[in-house]
Amino acid sequence: MQLTNRAKPVDRRPMNLLERIYLPAILKGMGITFSHIFKKKVTIQYPEQTRPFSPVFRGLHILNRDEDGRENCTACGLCAVACPAEAITMDAAERLPGEENLYREEKYAAKYEINMLRCIFCGFCEDACPKDAIYLTETFAPANYSRQSFIYGKDNLVIPHPKDNPEEFAKAKGLIDERKAKAKQETA
Amino acid sequence: MNTFLLTVDWPLVLEKVIFIAFIITVSLVVAMYATWGERKIAAFIQDRLGPNRAGPLGLFQPLADGLKLFMKEEIIPNAANKWLFILGPSMAMFTAMLTGAVIPWGNQIELFGRTISLQIADVNIGILFVFGVVSLGVYGIMIGAWASNNKFSLMGGLRAASQIISYELAMGIALIALLMTTGTLSLGEMVKQQQDGWWNFFVQPLGFLIFLICAFAECNRTPFDLAEAENELIGGYHSEYSSMKLGFYLFAEYINMFISSAIMATLYFGGYDIIPFYDESAWGFSMNTMAALGALALFAKIVFFIFFFMWVRWTIPRFRYDQLMNLGWKSLIPLSLFNMLATAIVILLKKG
Repeated sequence: MQLTNRAKPVDRRPMNLLERIYLPAILKGMGITFSHIFKKKVTIQYPEQTRPFSPVFRGLHILNRDEDGRENCTACGLCAVACPAEAITMDAAERLPGEENLYREEKYAAKYEINMLRCIFCGFCEDACPKDAIYLTETFAPANYSRQSFIYGKDNLVIPHPKDNPEEFAKAKGLIDERKAKAKQETA
Repeated sequence: MNTFLLTVDWPLVLEKVIFIAFIITVSLVVAMYATWGERKIAAFIQDRLGPNRAGPLGLFQPLADGLKLFMKEEIIPNAANKWLFILGPSMAMFTAMLTGAVIPWGNQIELFGRTISLQIADVNIGILFVFGVVSLGVYGIMIGAWASNNKFSLMGGLRAASQIISYELAMGIALIALLMTTGTLSLGEMVKQQQDGWWNFFVQPLGFLIFLICAFAECNRTPFDLAEAENELIGGYHSEYSSMKLGFYLFAEYINMFISSAIMATLYFGGYDIIPFYDESAWGFSMNTMAALGALALFAKIVFFIFFFMWVRWTIPRFRYDQLMNLGWKSLIPLSLFNMLATAIVILLKKG
């Protein structure tokens, strides 16, 4: 039965003299390898150069702040529920009087942890969040010797404060805007 | 006793000692940078960049590799024969360095009123010396392989031994044809004959081809690297070796490559002759300048041959063992015998 016309019969003829000497074939092969010396190299010089990420790349998470530096997350737990890998845990706490400059709403996440070894980077948490609080970035977890180090707490996740580090804050904000724009494009 | 000491030509001894030290240093440095060149060429042929982190263009890479080999733990297996285990790599290194003694590295130079020959020893049986030392080289591999007390090492050693013996035959017969045309066994004399006229390559192209193939086999380089076929024999004869003893084996391979390139350049490509069919003395340079230029020309030829060794290594896959033996015994030996016969007939016809 012939499915396609791409099949080629195997040539089992005995080799002729020229083929048996091997030298022409060897010279041809050497010509090919020599031409490769001048070809463009495919190496990406990693720490200096990086491979561009796909526009839909989903990496490590960040927790958003608003322009005054107040945390957006209200510890509603929707991300934890949405998470298929059950990588997110959090403890909620009530905002005390005098903490209005720290947290945007009356409830906040006292503890917010993502286990990066469990996380499958599906981005469901990002979709589930009603408070514009959690986003995925274009970085991935660096290698480490201990499992504990892959459990990212608030100190790793929350973006820098606009007063302490305005540059990094602007960068993170820019990244979030980019992701929002992309998400809009996808839905449109 | 005193009169004996007076008869010794001390400046000659000093001159030779300095020259020997120089040649050994050069072969070590060339071998060192051959490892760098090997990795670079392998990379370029495979569209990669090769080592480029240690120093500019990765030029300090051999130093880093050497340091790594020195720092590593020296392991001698319990069941190994300790004495022979150490003798193996020493011997490989020793024989690799020894061949350089008879190669004419350049013409004569004049320094401090003395005429100094740029050849450690112009033995009148130079080529036989080379053969003797090269066949001694297999002992380094065999002894190391046997002393490891490991079946894979032993297999690698056996392969190396049988391969070198098989290919030495064809190599020797190919050289006999060359000896018939040149009529001398001295390497210095052979180079002098090639100075202004035909390089031996143009007289003996088939002989050169056979010699080249056999040189690949003698150096245990791909496509003849069955002795260390890593996917069949782990590491072959140096499976059990670590640290600088392994380094010596690897180093010996590169020195062998350097030396056999030098021998090929000397025998077939005019040695320190710069341009074939041309009398360079017409340029009117002084003797020392000419000798330096000649040495540079020889070096350029050697570098080309080393490149050629590497180029072939990264092009051709390894032979299967029966193919190796077929090629050696059924193709190369008849071919070299034919070459010898044809040369003899031509020589006789020319005479008659």
